Amino acid sequence: MRETALTESRPLQWLLIAAAVAFLALFLVLPLVAVFIEALHRGIEPLLATYADEDTLAAIYLTLIVAAITVPLNLVFGLAAAWAIAKFEFRGKSLLISLIDLPFSVSPVVSGLTFVLLFGAQGVFGSALDAWDIKIIFAVPGIVLATIFVTFPFIARELIPLMQEQGTSEEEAALTLGASGLRTFMTVTLPNVRWALLYGVLLCNARAMGEFGAVSVVSGHIRGLTNTMPLQVEILYNEYNFVGAFAVSALLAGLALVTLVAKSILEWRHAEGLSTGRRH
Amino acid sequence: MRKASQLGDVTDMTDTTFDFSGKPIAITAEGLAKSFLGVVAVNGIDLQVKPGELMALLGPSGSGKTTLLRLFAGLETPTAGRILFGDEDATHLPVRERRVGFMFQHYALFKHMSVAENVAYGLHVRPRRLRPSGAEIRKRAEDLLELVQLPGLGKRYPAQLSGGQRQRVALARALAVEPRVLLLDEPFGALDAQVRRDLRRWLRELHDRTGHTTLFVTHDQEEALELADRVAILNRGRLEQLGGADDILDHPATPFVAGFVGDAVRLSVSVEAGWISLGRGKVPAPFQFPAGPAELFIRPYDLTLAHSTGHGTFTGKVVGTRRVGSARRAELILEDGLPSVEVTLPLEHAVLKGEELHLNLLTMRLFPAR
Repeated sequence: MRETALTESRPLQWLLIAAAVAFLALFLVLPLVAVFIEALHRGIEPLLATYADEDTLAAIYLTLIVAAITVPLNLVFGLAAAWAIAKFEFRGKSLLISLIDLPFSVSPVVSGLTFVLLFGAQGVFGSALDAWDIKIIFAVPGIVLATIFVTFPFIARELIPLMQEQGTSEEEAALTLGASGLRTFMTVTLPNVRWALLYGVLLCNARAMGEFGAVSVVSGHIRGLTNTMPLQVEILYNEYNFVGAFAVSALLAGLALVTLVAKSILEWRHAEGLSTGRRH
Repeated sequence: MRKASQLGDVTDMTDTTFDFSGKPIAITAEGLAKSFLGVVAVNGIDLQVKPGELMALLGPSGSGKTTLLRLFAGLETPTAGRILFGDEDATHLPVRERRVGFMFQHYALFKHMSVAENVAYGLHVRPRRLRPSGAEIRKRAEDLLELVQLPGLGKRYPAQLSGGQRQRVALARALAVEPRVLLLDEPFGALDAQVRRDLRRWLRELHDRTGHTTLFVTHDQEEALELADRVAILNRGRLEQLGGADDILDHPATPFVAGFVGDAVRLSVSVEAGWISLGRGKVPAPFQFPAGPAELFIRPYDLTLAHSTGHGTFTGKVVGTRRVGSARRAELILEDGLPSVEVTLPLEHAVLKGEELHLNLLTMRLFPAR
């Protein structure tokens, strides 16, 4: 490193670096390693037994289903919201931006409770739903709704700053060249945000699979039916089935690692196409 | 970046097959107005760009010149008034049906497309029955790149080009749709001084060759006066004057034009009985000019030295001199409290600070004070 007026003295440099490394090791690396060690410390067989367990398989399946519904929906919502906010002027725009951030600022448990208050048996729409025999709370639709709510900001938040920075002149250029609105969106707007969109999808997916609080409230913890992976971890842990709990945790942690690697590759290869590329 | 001499050689290139023989049309604004949430940007403008004319819209920032250009393109909808393309009412014609070649200030090239794809975009998005074949589109893009003197650069991406090259790609892309008019927003705004001068001459030659009715926005008066057939001067959303360079410089229609174009000094003077008091002297006012306070605009070349006091002369006290190219400029105070004026002197005429000079006023730009 080049010495500048801002360079600290050598001992201080080492001290600061050591403190940072120790912190990272203690709070990030150690827990992650611990998850895999706990899962594996009795060998591979109990691990495989957990994965073969019907309830665990159902939880994995449900988590994948929830993510598969949530992520595409939020992709559309996020893209639409970002497009409206970044490319058009209208009244109530700052209100809309604050609303998009709401799921970030509200505790997930509270969001879950809101859905119970709305759709639960005693809730606002409870009797109407009951009359039509539609189950939302303590069923898969509730879990999907809660997950959509909690993960809503990820894609929109990723796209808004980038789209705002890019402005509207490329779209206007396409229009003057005779392109239709849809054509302009597909050939100009979308390609310009494609890496940021992928990045947002990754984050949204990771959160959709890992969400605990809101889902816990609306799920009802029915084994084999409404348990997602994080909920399954809690149940197994509470039953003192540590190997099982850590085995499922290891899957979630593995997903987190894959997301992290994919995210790093994106940041490294396409920093100019991400609004976060410059922030990190 | 190619050399300046090569940039000017457009006329030698007769081998391009591009046909711009479509008859140029006039574009007209009639009482055109635009406000944004109550803020007036364009305030009732009547203006006609003649067929094949190259016209500049000149004005300070916030004068409404870019809004006027965007109104012509259909990128904004007017709050009042009409836009005519030839005899056709284009006021409510959607952007994509106007067939205008619009060049954006920062070019707005599609970053993720190659240069050739950028140029071909307007042809690719045509409805199927009007779309040329793939081979024809490629050929046209190549021809256009040749026309703007970037042959062989089709495979590059915008990020790999210099500012001047990007500008020419933007122009090629605009020309690809065989536009009826060309609208250029600050075409040279983002370039450095040397490139600007080269491209200015090049654009003039290209215009003479293709004959498009062209309207461009600029805040650089030198650019406007040198390049355009006529210049429209805008201020606060209104058209102050429309005319050629001589008109604008020698016969400014309003005090704004007199002060904005050319480096003029504005003096508040008073007119009495046909004479203007100027320092310790008097100059005759134009015939029948109303008595009372007035504004006088003086440019360095409006003043000459007089050898002695006499009819129509006045004096000024030298407060500084500077060398400007092949001449000398002296800064003079005519009267305490008035801003200083400048006079151009021959090089051999040395002046000292504090010296009194006798002056004549050659041209008169006098307006009643408002």
